Amino acid sequence: MMDKNRMAMLLFIASETIFFAMLVIAFAFFHSSAAAGGGEPFGVLHPLKTGFYSICLFSSSFSVWRAGIHLPANRRRGGFWLLATIVLGVVFLAGQGLEYRELLLQNITISRSLFGTTFFTLTGFHGLHVFIGLILLAILWVLAVFGRDGEPMPTATESVSLYWHFVDIVWVVIFAVVYLWANR
Amino acid sequence: MNPELQASAPPRSILTIPEYRGLLSWVSSVDHKQIGIMYLLGALFFFVFALTEALLIRAQLAVPENTLLSPELYNQIFTMHGTTMVFLVGMPLILGLSVYFTPLMIGARDMAFPRLNAFGFWVFLFGGFLLYFSFLAGSAPLAGWFAYAPLNEKAYLFNTGQDYWVIALLLTGAGTIATAINIIVTVFTLRAPGMTFQRLPLFVWMTMINAFLMLFAMPALNTALVMLFADRQLDALFFQTGQGGSALLWRHYFWFFGHPEVYILILPVFGIISEVIPVFSRKPIYGYGFLAGSTVAIAFLSFAVWAHHMFATGLGLPVYYVFAGASMLIAVPTGIKIFNWIATMWGGSIRFTTSMLFATAFLIQFTIGGLSGVAFAAVPIDWQLTDSYFVVAHFHYTLLGGMLFGIIAGIYYWYPKMTGRMLSEKWGRIHFWLMVVGFNGTFFVMHLMGLFGMPRRVFTYPADMPYLGSMNLLSSCSALVLVLSLLIFIGNLAVSLYRGEPAGDNPWEGWSLEWATASPPPPENFERVPRIRNRRPLWDRQHPDQPESPLEAGHGAGEVLS
Repeated sequence: MMDKNRMAMLLFIASETIFFAMLVIAFAFFHSSAAAGGGEPFGVLHPLKTGFYSICLFSSSFSVWRAGIHLPANRRRGGFWLLATIVLGVVFLAGQGLEYRELLLQNITISRSLFGTTFFTLTGFHGLHVFIGLILLAILWVLAVFGRDGEPMPTATESVSLYWHFVDIVWVVIFAVVYLWANR
Repeated sequence: MNPELQASAPPRSILTIPEYRGLLSWVSSVDHKQIGIMYLLGALFFFVFALTEALLIRAQLAVPENTLLSPELYNQIFTMHGTTMVFLVGMPLILGLSVYFTPLMIGARDMAFPRLNAFGFWVFLFGGFLLYFSFLAGSAPLAGWFAYAPLNEKAYLFNTGQDYWVIALLLTGAGTIATAINIIVTVFTLRAPGMTFQRLPLFVWMTMINAFLMLFAMPALNTALVMLFADRQLDALFFQTGQGGSALLWRHYFWFFGHPEVYILILPVFGIISEVIPVFSRKPIYGYGFLAGSTVAIAFLSFAVWAHHMFATGLGLPVYYVFAGASMLIAVPTGIKIFNWIATMWGGSIRFTTSMLFATAFLIQFTIGGLSGVAFAAVPIDWQLTDSYFVVAHFHYTLLGGMLFGIIAGIYYWYPKMTGRMLSEKWGRIHFWLMVVGFNGTFFVMHLMGLFGMPRRVFTYPADMPYLGSMNLLSSCSALVLVLSLLIFIGNLAVSLYRGEPAGDNPWEGWSLEWATASPPPPENFERVPRIRNRRPLWDRQHPDQPESPLEAGHGAGEVLS
């Protein structure tokens, strides 16, 4: 029978998928209606710049996988890969912060246009999930560095990395829809 | 068990178990049985509020052009009545029975995640408190339980009631998702040896399928709520129709949650009925496989029918055809269930205990509610009757005449297990008959009121509309009878805790595992889980001389029999 922590995380991810799917649908819906009605332009984003930060997030999926291979047997290596994951995640969040700053300086806010409303809500909730993932990874890292033998438990590492992969995949969808499809 | 030893000891009851003494043992508990009981008590607490609100509504509508409540206050009262009944009464009743009996019925020690279980309960409770705090913070929410856009926006409702509504529902929703995950993992990982999915009690089957429904429906509500909250707090534009936002989007999102939600409220009740009817008919359930399978069908279909709440919004004919067809389709698996229950009763030696009486009334009343539902699925009928009292009659027949009657059947059935004492059958019968009269008197005439053109959610009606005055008066008087019956029920629950007859382990001669342990179960649930070789493990223990027929014992038994 499947490990209960892993199963709970998969179910939670299934539930979160609906949450994000509905936000993405709202984004796509308002993008289409704005295109039809000649509303605010959506093409103010920089796919290349955000693409760089996205690659950081995508590669963190690799590093968390490496961490899972080494933990808990080799805690030094596992800790290194966890730290790498955390750094990559932080770089991604910093990039998102810079992007927000740039948009806000152009007076594109959540309340100004439907683009702002949907963009900030969607990417904001994704950023929140990245942030929560960073907290979870930090707990794992602390356990890997300062914990007892056998910590962090494989089931904990596995559940957190499942969550992290999920956050990553959501960003693949958001990047494709928001930055590539809608940003014209 | 030594009978002489048992006789000399004081009767076992929930009040005499040392682990359950004192308030601290309850508020700090991670025991699924204590959490289950706290869910039920929490539901009862909010039920009293919701009943008071219902009485206020009926008092206001008793006579035409009444001025008892101002329109403003009336809107708050019916909004709070609906929200409370769905989220703070219906859901915790369902969840309470689910977390109490799922581990017991599969022979487990506790839920898979006991602390997550406690988390689910406490966010529900404080979410409920937050919703009611809105009364003190200026104004309760007043946009109805589905809070249609753009009425739910700041431009129309500036006070904080709607914000409390959003936060309260987000909190209870988070707790519901946590508990749903917990239930699914429990059923998948903690079943006792021999408890295969083919032998799972039907209550557990339906609770588990229901948990999947919650898992996929609640996030849709959460999305809608955070979007609304962004609108109200950060001036986002999602549902601001004046600035390009879409009011229809709210309706789609809300009902994509809302329609599965009404099945969330009824599916575990189907499970209760599937436990109560066979035990009191002294027959194994008829068509086990069909009962479980039709539940899966209902769960799938429930995500494909949400737009039937939106027939009056001009979605276009192709959309109407699809959603009307899918909605009518739901009658098929539901009808299969009704026939299975009737076939279970057929030829059985039926014992009409109070629990069985409620289950029987459930069958009839839920069918009436289902029939008016099928009528609604026809678009022209919906256009004629939408937003009228016919709708109110329809969903009270399914939710009150269906869900609440089923839950009460379950409480009469399981109260002895939960407390160690029997509920009074005499008062139970009085409760039952008063409730049947009160319920049907209150809500049956609402079908007619709706047909005669009385709109719902309006604080009064003109005196010169034919018959409306007398029908409303009848409805209001019956509501008093209904409330009286529920007060008797609450009194019975309280008095029987001290004065009820000791229940013993298995007062109804039930067959599922919860009856294999003491009443109330000790904190560890089972000393030894009985051998499980078929769907009725306790039958084997009670009748070792009469093994089940080979058809019964086999895995495919249900399918062959039905």
